[in-house]
Amino acid sequence: MAVKTYYTREHEWVRIEDGAAICGITDYAQTQLGDVVYVELPEVGAEIARDGEAAVVESTKAASDVYAPVTGTILAVNDRLEESPDLVNESAEDQGWFFRMQIDDEGELDELMDEEGYQAFIEELD
Amino acid sequence: MTELLKTPLHAMHLAAGARMEPFVGFDMPLRYPEGSVAEHNQARNRAALFDVSHMGQLRLMGPGADEALETLVTGDICGLGDGAMRYTLFTLENGGILDDLIVSRVSGGLGLVVNAGRRNQDTEHLRRHLGGRVDIVPEPDRALLALQGPAAAAVLPDFADLPFMAWREGEACGVPARVSRSGYTGEDGFELSVAGADAEALAGRLLAHEAVAWAGLDSRNSLRLEAGLCLYGRDLDEDTTPLEAGLGWTLPKRRREERGFPGAARILDTPPARRRVGVRPEGRVIAREGSDLLDGSGEPVGWVASGGFSPVLGGPVAMGFLPVALTAPGTEIAFDIRGKPRPGSVVRLPFVPHNYFRG
Repeated sequence: MAVKTYYTREHEWVRIEDGAAICGITDYAQTQLGDVVYVELPEVGAEIARDGEAAVVESTKAASDVYAPVTGTILAVNDRLEESPDLVNESAEDQGWFFRMQIDDEGELDELMDEEGYQAFIEELD
Repeated sequence: MTELLKTPLHAMHLAAGARMEPFVGFDMPLRYPEGSVAEHNQARNRAALFDVSHMGQLRLMGPGADEALETLVTGDICGLGDGAMRYTLFTLENGGILDDLIVSRVSGGLGLVVNAGRRNQDTEHLRRHLGGRVDIVPEPDRALLALQGPAAAAVLPDFADLPFMAWREGEACGVPARVSRSGYTGEDGFELSVAGADAEALAGRLLAHEAVAWAGLDSRNSLRLEAGLCLYGRDLDEDTTPLEAGLGWTLPKRRREERGFPGAARILDTPPARRRVGVRPEGRVIAREGSDLLDGSGEPVGWVASGGFSPVLGGPVAMGFLPVALTAPGTEIAFDIRGKPRPGSVVRLPFVPHNYFRG
């Protein structure tokens, strides 16, 4: 089964693997933020509504909220970010993932952008 | 929206790939492609070049300039020797601080470098109080570059003998410059004031040295924070007195005795209720300006004035204001960060030892 990745207008990515959503911030987002020095992750088991505050990413310059791209329950968080927040800069869309969540309503995914749509979206921002 | 001002080095920043940001009316480099942490380490380990041309440069000329300026600042200006410079404060009648500035002895008067964001207030203040006594000469066409780091002296060997807080005129890389041994990073280094038209030539020649690379405002902030240096608008303002800010050392004995600067009685006769200290949260969570500082019972008793990430310590550092009873190093306090109390303690400043060249 092909892995599908979705994107939000808040510069998060969502990859569906084994029926759960792995989420992080996009490579575009990390270049905008600059050096990431701290990530505050949600509690495992937390239920978060779509667009609810799920994490905080802090660059040398400022703190930014990261929102849940879909409604669901946090299944796991990326503990490696605690000691190595710079993984977000080095590998935003792979090693630098933030959390994995169970999806309450897969229909919400339809409202997100696909890769092509997101590329067009950020090109308009620049 | 008014158009942002540009320093004479603006085109070089764009060419270097800088991420620009509006800062006190100027379009300034926030960081370059290497990133803020790399720029910070560049200043700590080699030499970083900052464009600080947004800062206000002006001269007070005339035979009475020293005495005149002393009526507005805390420092010993009359005793400033040839080639010497001093950090001092403009104070207000309420004891607060209008600005912090550097004053240099120049031929026939004084040279001032003030904060970009306070330039207009400072100039108006000088005109109002000293207008008839001295000539106030803004120097808007001059650029200011800061070369900071342990390799700086090797980059400018002709000025390597200058001790910290001294300056002289000379040629830096073939450009006529006022070169001072000073800075805002805690490192050895220089600030170079040059004609705006010469700024690109000087920056280009400095950058040609393998030890030198650009650094932007973001790393400038983390460097000064590690060095425990105040930023006007965060650690200093019109409601904070020099003693509250921990800047009692800017008030020498003669000025304390003679007084004669705005707010002197208020500053010297009222024991400060709060004081600026270094504070560190445990772990990695960053405490930023505006976070409440809590006492042992969880009551808000102070606030973070400046906070961020220290690349040298690999964790968070901050400066904040606390009641004097809670300012001893080691005092346990907490930070209110996004509504959650986070433990931490008062620590001695600076976070990273200064590395000045004392001669």
